[in-house]
Amino acid sequence: MYRILEARELAEKIFLMEVEAPRVAKACQPGEFVIVKMDEKGERIPLTICDYNRESGTVTIVFQIVGASTKRMAELKEGDAFQDFVGPLGRPSDFVSEDFEKVRGRRYLFVAGGVGTAPVYPQVKWMRAHGIEADVIVGAKTKDLLILEEEMEKVAGNLYITTDDGSYKRKGMVTEVIRDLVENQGKHYDICVAIGPMIMMKFVCLLTKELQLPTIVSMNPVMVDGTGMCGACRLSVGKEVKFACVDGPEFDGHLVDFDEAMKRQRIYKTEEGRAMLRMQEGATHHGGCGNCG
Amino acid sequence: MDILKKVPVREQDAKVRATNFEEVCYGYNVREAQEEAARCLKCKNAKCMGGCPVSIDIPGFIREVEAGDFEAAANVIAEASALPAVCGRVCPQESQCEGKCIRGIKGEPISIGKLERFVADWSRENGFVPKVAAQKNGRRVAVVGSGPAGLTCAGDLAKLGYDVTIFEALHEPGGVLTYGIPEFRLPKETVVRTEIENVKKLGVRIETDVIIGKSVTIDELMEEEGYEAVFIGSGAGLPKFMGIPGENANGVFSANEYLTRSNLMKAFRDDYDTPIVAGSKVAVVGGGNVAMDAARTALRLGARVYIVYRRSEAELPARVEEVHHAKEEGVEFHLLTNPVEILTDEKGWVTGMIVRKMELGEPDESGRRRPVEVPGSDYTIEVDTVIMSLGTSPNPLISSTTEGLEINRRKCIVAEAQNGQTSRPGVFAGGDAVTGAATVILAMEAGKHGAKGIHEYLSGKSC
Ligand SMILES: Cc1cc2nc3c(=O)[nH]c(=O)nc-3n(C[C@H](O)[C@H](O)[C@H](O)COP(=O)(O)OP(=O)(O)OC[C@H]3O[C@@H](n4cnc5c(N)ncnc54)[C@H](O)[C@@H]3O)c2cc1C
Ligand code: SF4
Ligand code: FES
Repeated sequence: MYRILEARELAEKIFLMEVEAPRVAKACQPGEFVIVKMDEKGERIPLTICDYNRESGTVTIVFQIVGASTKRMAELKEGDAFQDFVGPLGRPSDFVSEDFEKVRGRRYLFVAGGVGTAPVYPQVKWMRAHGIEADVIVGAKTKDLLILEEEMEKVAGNLYITTDDGSYKRKGMVTEVIRDLVENQGKHYDICVAIGPMIMMKFVCLLTKELQLPTIVSMNPVMVDGTGMCGACRLSVGKEVKFACVDGPEFDGHLVDFDEAMKRQRIYKTEEGRAMLRMQEGATHHGGCGNCG
Repeated sequence: MDILKKVPVREQDAKVRATNFEEVCYGYNVREAQEEAARCLKCKNAKCMGGCPVSIDIPGFIREVEAGDFEAAANVIAEASALPAVCGRVCPQESQCEGKCIRGIKGEPISIGKLERFVADWSRENGFVPKVAAQKNGRRVAVVGSGPAGLTCAGDLAKLGYDVTIFEALHEPGGVLTYGIPEFRLPKETVVRTEIENVKKLGVRIETDVIIGKSVTIDELMEEEGYEAVFIGSGAGLPKFMGIPGENANGVFSANEYLTRSNLMKAFRDDYDTPIVAGSKVAVVGGGNVAMDAARTALRLGARVYIVYRRSEAELPARVEEVHHAKEEGVEFHLLTNPVEILTDEKGWVTGMIVRKMELGEPDESGRRRPVEVPGSDYTIEVDTVIMSLGTSPNPLISSTTEGLEINRRKCIVAEAQNGQTSRPGVFAGGDAVTGAATVILAMEAGKHGAKGIHEYLSGKSC
């Protein structure tokens, strides 16, 4: 069992939990993820690591309620425990193992969307700890859904916040900020790291291709085992099929087939929708709602 | 009673069982087991034992069954095998012990598998745990993976007094026994869990949720955590795909994913959260045990199921019993047929599969006749789900993080057959990780040899 030391709601439907998992905390690196399973009947859910503390042996995760399993998970409180918490999984971000002089010589731009802010945070924190000031763009639908602003403020070089509805700071999509920084403010970047909903990563990549800015994305496809055993997480990258859990989750965004990945992400949508309705309405649900297919 | 024939074993009716996940075969009762045991000639030079990879004293335990001393029978088996209830159900006996049985020369061989299963089931039902004395020696050994190879190696080492910990990547121990082979062939709660519990009773610890090579490396286990030797039994690895158009469509799964969702995550049960796309018309590509299991699982989830296999029936690599059961239950076979493309609708869901007829040509390096395409023979089968069961390639997680661990051209770990020794001192390996996908009993044999190798290695090395 993996005890929860802290649990709080960061924004509507977005939760942060700090979990005791000494092996993961000792070994993990930015870019990697974990799989959690709350109890006997729960699903295995992949979540990117938001923060870790090697001394206290804890790992912080952030998740959003999207289906029946995450809804149940959100009810866990401080003092409760996950039955399973396994990791780290995937490959660390390239910069962790690249020649440090090279990394230091580059200008990094991080682009975070929604809960994607959580996995971007440890990367920017790593940069700060290694004396690199990286620019960070954080996008949220609206002010109330913005997370980790204070934390990000502490580790980012320049932080640009934008909301779709203009309720806070800039108004508009993250892509508009990228264009503004590069085209109007004369900023130059060598690498962009974009993490967020697939649709956001797709549009960021379309733009950065045009701007000839190499871009790394972190993919979050459907997964089961997370160790390469099942192939559920496969994606087309360039002409090749890759397994996100062992070859990724980070890939060259200009080579990822986002349209296929987005279709694949919907595989279990109706099945999960059904599980969610079963949970909310029990045996009283009789269809006709349009959600359960 | 016809002495030349096996005592028949009772099974669930094919029509009924095609709709449930209950075990297909009921096994022998006491009377049937004793009757079958009486057919055995108790040969002096028992050929059956030569066919058993772990050398169970077959006439020895059968003699006890006939005499009605089932505890004694269980003790005889326990000397050689820690997983008799599993092996009795899933070993390919027809090509091993039963294939060599003297009784089988004229009539049908002794039902050795069913007798082994009877003894193991009887022990469980009567709460009998075979006794094996172990004087602890305090030396620590790590085992990677809790499949049949790892469990056997750990059990044997514990019996020799070692302090053994198994590290398992998944949340449940058992390897393929837990996530691959379905409930209706190998009940999880009763059979698999009980046999794992019996290994634990020998003093073996199992730490789940630990991925060797990621959570902790082999070097760290040996240098920081005080393990003097490591056995790697990490299994067959990543599923292969064909590389044909449409293979990433929604509704195309590897057999591993499909079976894992159903067996490990219990997606077939309403009260578990994990979803599974049941499919209404399902094509399973491949002809091994894995393909049969995927097909029969889809059938039980309510689908009409086709097996698509590029060679003929004679080459089907699955156990004869599984093919027979699959047919009885209504799985349809498209033999000498190979997929060329998977068709999809605009939303990316599977709508059909174009297949091509094949014929058998000259034998290839495996000795089986090579299938060759028949030009102009393409046709489309209408399906909404395709399950790929084409074999596996090794997982690089361990080999890429363990300096000096030699792998071969096929990326399998190189280890000596008789003792499991790898290119790294103190590191041993066996099972599917070394041979590529094989069988439960061969993995157990490799686990046994690994335990012997580790014991020799550590006995020669002072603490
Ligand atoms: C669906 C199916 C049906 C089959 N039917 C039969 C049958 O009827 N008869 C038969 O004899 N054989 C059958 N087989 C084959 C048989 O199951 C295997 O040959 C056997 O299980 C191999 O045993 P193993 O111990 O080498 O590996 P596995 O059983 O594969 O166990 C390996 C374990 O190691 C774990 N692991 C992997 N990497 C790591 C890591 N880095 N760190 C920690 N743990 C790790 C895995 O999670 C797994 O639990 C079948 C296989 C499948 C998939
Ligand atoms: S070979 Fe057949 S008849 Fe002879 S001992 Fe073995 S099981 Fe019995
Ligand atoms: S999640 Fe199973 S292979 Fe990646």
